[in-house]
Amino acid sequence: METLLNPLLQPLIQPLEMLFMQRALAIGVVVAVVCAVLSCFMTLKGWALMGDAVSHAVLPGVVIAYALGLPFALGAFVFGVGSVGVIGGIKQHTRVKEDTVIGLVFTGFFALGLVLISKIRSSVDLTHILFGNLLGITDADLVQTVVISVGCLLVLLLWRRDLLLFCFDPSHARTIGLNTGVLHYLLLTLVSLAAVAGLQTVGIILVVAMLVTPGATAYLLTDRFDRMTWLAVLSAVSATVLGIYASYWLDASTAGCIVVVQTLQFLLVMVWAPRHGLLAQRAARRSPGSGVQG
Amino acid sequence: MASPDPSPPALQGLAGIAVDHLTVGYNGRPAVVDVTLELQAGSICGLVGMNGAGKTTLFKVLMGFLKPSSGSIRIAGWSLRQAQRRQLVAYVPQSEQVDWQFPIRVWDVVMMGRYGAMGPLRWPSDDDRRRVQNALERVDLWPLRERQIGALSGGQRKRAFLARALAQGAGVLLLDEPFSGVDINTERLIIDLLIALRDQGATVLIATHDLESIPSFCDRVVLINRTVLAYGDTSEVFTQANLLRTFSAAPSPSAPS
Repeated sequence: METLLNPLLQPLIQPLEMLFMQRALAIGVVVAVVCAVLSCFMTLKGWALMGDAVSHAVLPGVVIAYALGLPFALGAFVFGVGSVGVIGGIKQHTRVKEDTVIGLVFTGFFALGLVLISKIRSSVDLTHILFGNLLGITDADLVQTVVISVGCLLVLLLWRRDLLLFCFDPSHARTIGLNTGVLHYLLLTLVSLAAVAGLQTVGIILVVAMLVTPGATAYLLTDRFDRMTWLAVLSAVSATVLGIYASYWLDASTAGCIVVVQTLQFLLVMVWAPRHGLLAQRAARRSPGSGVQG
Repeated sequence: MASPDPSPPALQGLAGIAVDHLTVGYNGRPAVVDVTLELQAGSICGLVGMNGAGKTTLFKVLMGFLKPSSGSIRIAGWSLRQAQRRQLVAYVPQSEQVDWQFPIRVWDVVMMGRYGAMGPLRWPSDDDRRRVQNALERVDLWPLRERQIGALSGGQRKRAFLARALAQGAGVLLLDEPFSGVDINTERLIIDLLIALRDQGATVLIATHDLESIPSFCDRVVLINRTVLAYGDTSEVFTQANLLRTFSAAPSPSAPS
């Protein structure tokens, strides 16, 4: 029996014998879980562009925090939330449209981050920040990422009902006396922190994929929010594990592999999802009356 | 499931609305000028005006989304924020404002009416569940409680959000176009419910285009075009002459171009 299974299991087990692979998988899964839960709120709120903006805008904050020996999370929080404040301010006081302002502000922040990295000349490796460095993660990074992830996850789970209400119907939230401003900035803070956590696995450029794709995939599979959350987590974790293995076997970019697997998952679901997939919708159109009409 | 409570749950206080010399604008351009209104508890008031006459603006102020540039709003004597914290105000949105694809069930939507009365983590109590059940039964949606909201018909969708307001038990109800896109049965059901709420002492403010139904259930009417053109008992104010004034009047000089 053992000899029969061995050739099959060997490619799965052999990488696990290496410490860096164990760490990569562990940290990858932790980050995948928190980003996946957050991605459900992001897709429902329609905040993909905002997520992209915030995750890029944290770069100067991370670099400054690194240079000063402060936790990354602090720098990311200040610049992530700050960038949104700047976006809001410019939008309010000029005639420029919102998507233009978002595009302008986050690239500005990002560029500032690039300048800072090249001037500070520390041990920060630019490519590691931009594209992740999952296979070479340090102890300090590991601790920080786990602390951030667990913290975000706790907040998301405890306040999920308020956050869901905020995404669904901010008018009602306001009318029953909830502070929608606090919820708005809570969600933005979580995005900034998740961006720092995701920075370790897929890097700052691709982190938005972690914050959007699992939620979008799950959204096509169910009409229940709790199931959507579980499916997003399942999708993100499996994509991360598969991606890390793929990167090991193919000797290819880890971040690239993870996000490619995620995107493939989305494409599969988009076509074959039971009710909201393209094929199911086409079938429903052919036989009207079988589906539930709105 | 337990049989429904025969007497509907009590409303949160008896709350009238007092709007005093209210002026509101966007970017310094006034949209509503010098509005003064006094809605007594236990009345239904229709808010009538053209598109752009300031109905939505007035609702936004009453919900706290827009700050008045001058004037004030009191609800049951409280400031708006205080009244909202006391669960005195409920809002039934226009259908166009709702994301019907949202992965949420009818039951969950109605339960959101109870959030303000729950602890910070929003764990529902048995009382919350009872009130949600009661509200769903009053709008005939109990059998459909497990449905995703997009799988409801136009009339059922309206009733789901009305049930949320019922579950909240607020003394002040703001309804934005509750009759658009609903069938005659739902319209009847909504009107009967509003009358029942009024008899319990609720203050109901309805923005509507459906002029024909107004005399059948509105005690009072406000006609607006950037400011109050006429306000009073329906029999006195809801006249041909006043309506003509409301719907043909050129926008007032302060209107933005």
